[in-house]
Amino acid sequence: MSAAVGTSAEPSETAGSAAKSAPPAAKRARGEFLFFALRSKKFVIAMAILIFLALLAIFGPIIDSTDPVAQAGEQMRHPTLDAGNWFGSTYFGDDVFSQFANGLRASFFVGLLGGGLSAIIGMLVGFVAGYKGGWIDELLNMLTNIFLVIPSLAVLLVIAAYLPPEWHGVPFEAVFIGMTSWPWAARAIRAQTFTLRNRDFIDLAKLSGRSGGKIIVFEIAPNMSSYLFLTFILLFGGAILIGATLDFIGLGPHEGMTLGLMMYNSVTYGAALQLGIWWWFIPPGIGIIALVGALYVMNVGLDEIFNPKLRDI
Amino acid sequence: MSLQVSDLRVYYRTLAGDVQALDGATFSIEDKEIMGLAGESGCGKSTLGNSLIRLDGRMRYVGGTVTLDGTSVPIWDDDAMNAFRFRDVSVIPQYAMSAMNPTRKIGKMIQELLESRGENFASIKPELMRRIDLVGLKEDVLARYPIELSGGMKQRMVMVLSTLLNPSLLIADEITSALDVSTQRAVAETLVSFRDHGFVKSMMVITHDLSILYQTADTILVMYAGKLAEKAPTTTIIEHARHPYTQALISSLPEVGVRYTSKKLVGIPGSPPQLLDPPSGCRFRARCPLAFAKCVEEPPFVQIAPDHSVACWKVSGPNA
Amino acid sequence: MRHYFTRKLFTYLLTFFVAATIDWLIPRLAPGDPVAILVTKTSGITPAAAAALYDYYNKLFGLNQPLPMQYLNFWNELLHGNLGLSIYGNGQPVMDMIMGAVPYTLALLVPAILLSWWAGNSFGALAARRKWLDNSVLPVGYILTATPYMWLALVLSFVLSFSFRIFPLSGGYGFNLEPTLSWLFFTDLVAHWVLPFLSLFLVMFGGWAIGMRNMIIYELESDYSRYLGALGAPQSLIRKYAFRNAMLPQITGLALQLGVIVAGALVTEIVFAYPGIGHLVFAAIQNEDYFLLQGIFLFIIIGVLVANFIVDIVYVLVDPRTRVAMRGGTE
Repeated sequence: MSAAVGTSAEPSETAGSAAKSAPPAAKRARGEFLFFALRSKKFVIAMAILIFLALLAIFGPIIDSTDPVAQAGEQMRHPTLDAGNWFGSTYFGDDVFSQFANGLRASFFVGLLGGGLSAIIGMLVGFVAGYKGGWIDELLNMLTNIFLVIPSLAVLLVIAAYLPPEWHGVPFEAVFIGMTSWPWAARAIRAQTFTLRNRDFIDLAKLSGRSGGKIIVFEIAPNMSSYLFLTFILLFGGAILIGATLDFIGLGPHEGMTLGLMMYNSVTYGAALQLGIWWWFIPPGIGIIALVGALYVMNVGLDEIFNPKLRDI
Repeated sequence: MSLQVSDLRVYYRTLAGDVQALDGATFSIEDKEIMGLAGESGCGKSTLGNSLIRLDGRMRYVGGTVTLDGTSVPIWDDDAMNAFRFRDVSVIPQYAMSAMNPTRKIGKMIQELLESRGENFASIKPELMRRIDLVGLKEDVLARYPIELSGGMKQRMVMVLSTLLNPSLLIADEITSALDVSTQRAVAETLVSFRDHGFVKSMMVITHDLSILYQTADTILVMYAGKLAEKAPTTTIIEHARHPYTQALISSLPEVGVRYTSKKLVGIPGSPPQLLDPPSGCRFRARCPLAFAKCVEEPPFVQIAPDHSVACWKVSGPNA
Repeated sequence: MRHYFTRKLFTYLLTFFVAATIDWLIPRLAPGDPVAILVTKTSGITPAAAAALYDYYNKLFGLNQPLPMQYLNFWNELLHGNLGLSIYGNGQPVMDMIMGAVPYTLALLVPAILLSWWAGNSFGALAARRKWLDNSVLPVGYILTATPYMWLALVLSFVLSFSFRIFPLSGGYGFNLEPTLSWLFFTDLVAHWVLPFLSLFLVMFGGWAIGMRNMIIYELESDYSRYLGALGAPQSLIRKYAFRNAMLPQITGLALQLGVIVAGALVTEIVFAYPGIGHLVFAAIQNEDYFLLQGIFLFIIIGVLVANFIVDIVYVLVDPRTRVAMRGGTE
């Protein structure tokens, strides 16, 4: 994850404005969306990869139902590529492919839960700050800036030491990521809300006596729907990367299997680098690259679809 | 000398085909003439104005010729056009308020621009200062950033910059649309003074606001749906328009001091045709109260009186 | 101008305050007795030793004292630079251990950030100009951006250390060398530095390149670019302006990415067993050395805040609009 996420792989402001120009005529918009979606190479390829990985995550562990951490006795200390498993076996004789498929499942889960949670918090903070303005905005801004600067990794460092063992699972990691990744989304949504809140149709809604909350939900949010969706995709991808990083440092779940954990185990317990057991740590990384890369590319593709100015004719 | 445009056609490329935005414009502008270019949104006036300086985005040159001061202007060739830009043809864009680099001091930007075009900034500077003073800006504006100026000030600065090299033809594209009424008047007067001072030879003022043209223009060219409708001296257009569209346009303007209790303000029912697949014949016939059989044939833009051309069978045809 | 910086400073101090308070709060919020947790984690000691440890921790945490007193003591220790003693370091002061590791981490981070930022932006700008370059750079950029830092480190390590034995596998310097001011030691130091540096550099590079490419395209479509083009300015001038303007959001982007970059440096060090903060963190987690973790936490926070402040200063110097806005110009 890098600058592309923070700066300009951010959904372009113009994507929001494409929807801004008029409350979309739903049916025509959907038809138009599908038309451009299928023509966009980036979108189609990215979608294909995502679907493939999702299927792998769902059906992989069923097809290869070996327990990912069941060590197959004799293979112990003779990790090999052709142990009868598709991706070979680890130092402890585990089935790498099974680990991989289960890890993919966990990654999807972390991405959806973590990304989804941070999206919700980001929207809450961003909408309220952007719509209300004034001192609420100042306060939320201060809050956002504080959370923005504190690296989530550092916070987890101190939390992990005191966490009861039963909490050390994938769900907790996802929730933790969700609660610490929202600041940049909140900022972006706040900025977009600013531009929308002075539009005429908002004034009309206010005059009609609609409450602030209803205005946000029924007037502002639908006009930013493409922007919100793109933000969610970036959060999804980011959550997966953060999760893998946390796992690799050793702050990850103590049970189950994730892609980050595979890499962690290979280096910490399996001496994979010293012994050259590359099939243990290469696949999980490729899995992450495929998943996150597809998400980023889809983000760009969707940006082009939603924003007529970016379309390449 | 003058500008002569002959059968100029510029289309826009889209997924669905070519939008025939400017479909055969033939007219001329004399020296010292300020020609207003008026019409509804989508009539092709901006396309015409912009095509004379730079084909942007999806604009595609389809045909026609442009001659300025006797020299052919190769608007289809972006590189060759560079020699003409700024020196012979210049533009005050619609987006004048955001036309200057926000992170550069204005003076520095002008200097870099002039030098990149091979001009000696030091020798032009005195004239630049004179003109800045003429439009009512202070000398220190050159040391400022665009963000420090108000909208009107930025507009005036851009007007000075665009005309700095005394172009033969100046295209002013909707320069008053975003301003309040009193600033509009000031800008309109400044524009005319540029012509009077000899900073520009001829001008094309593009706007949908006829009242501005009444104040500034010598002649008015009215466009409709990509085609020319009528061209005549300003007073003629305002008082004795011949094309039904022009007449309807004039009569739809509210008059000062008139109360509309007895007479309703008349608009033109309907809307302009799609230019993706424009209708054959006269493009106004669907909304024209005077349309008759001959209108399925496209009327030519012909001269009916000195300096007065119209494209309408009712006016120029045998049944006039 | 002063008002702007005072405000920023205040926010950063507030952030540090909040972070430190979180740090103080966490063990006291955890269910159960934090001291008991720590003691049970130290496995393989006799009951007598456990009791002694229990007492020691209790005193350290000051849990027998009233809460406000504990808080004040915490700040008192902090401001004296006393971050406690490290278990992993066999009683060495945490501050010393961190200070020993910081130079290695900075040696990785600072060149990697600066070089990747400069190279990535230049490359991205170049890509925005040439279609063929764009078509090849873009996918590579997205792949690099999506690459987890530790994975690239693993790959580089595997290919260049294990397979081809060009670079050393781990450590800050050879196990057979003592740190001395000699040429041999220096070259060995650099040899060990190359791979972790390269790993960090590549991932960051991808992100900057993509970001810059997008920003340049955006700037080239702006009104001022169009106006310059309409006045016949050469592409070189337009591109020069576009580049200068596109850099600004990249600078703020740098500040936003700091947390991620720090995490990336940490995992890279782990892969290469490079003796920086990352390696320390890893060992601290393995050994459940709470005080070391706490100290590193505070240190990372301070580092990130300082870096943010530096970026703020740089931004004000580079973007004239902020200076004008602060002076209170029109509009």
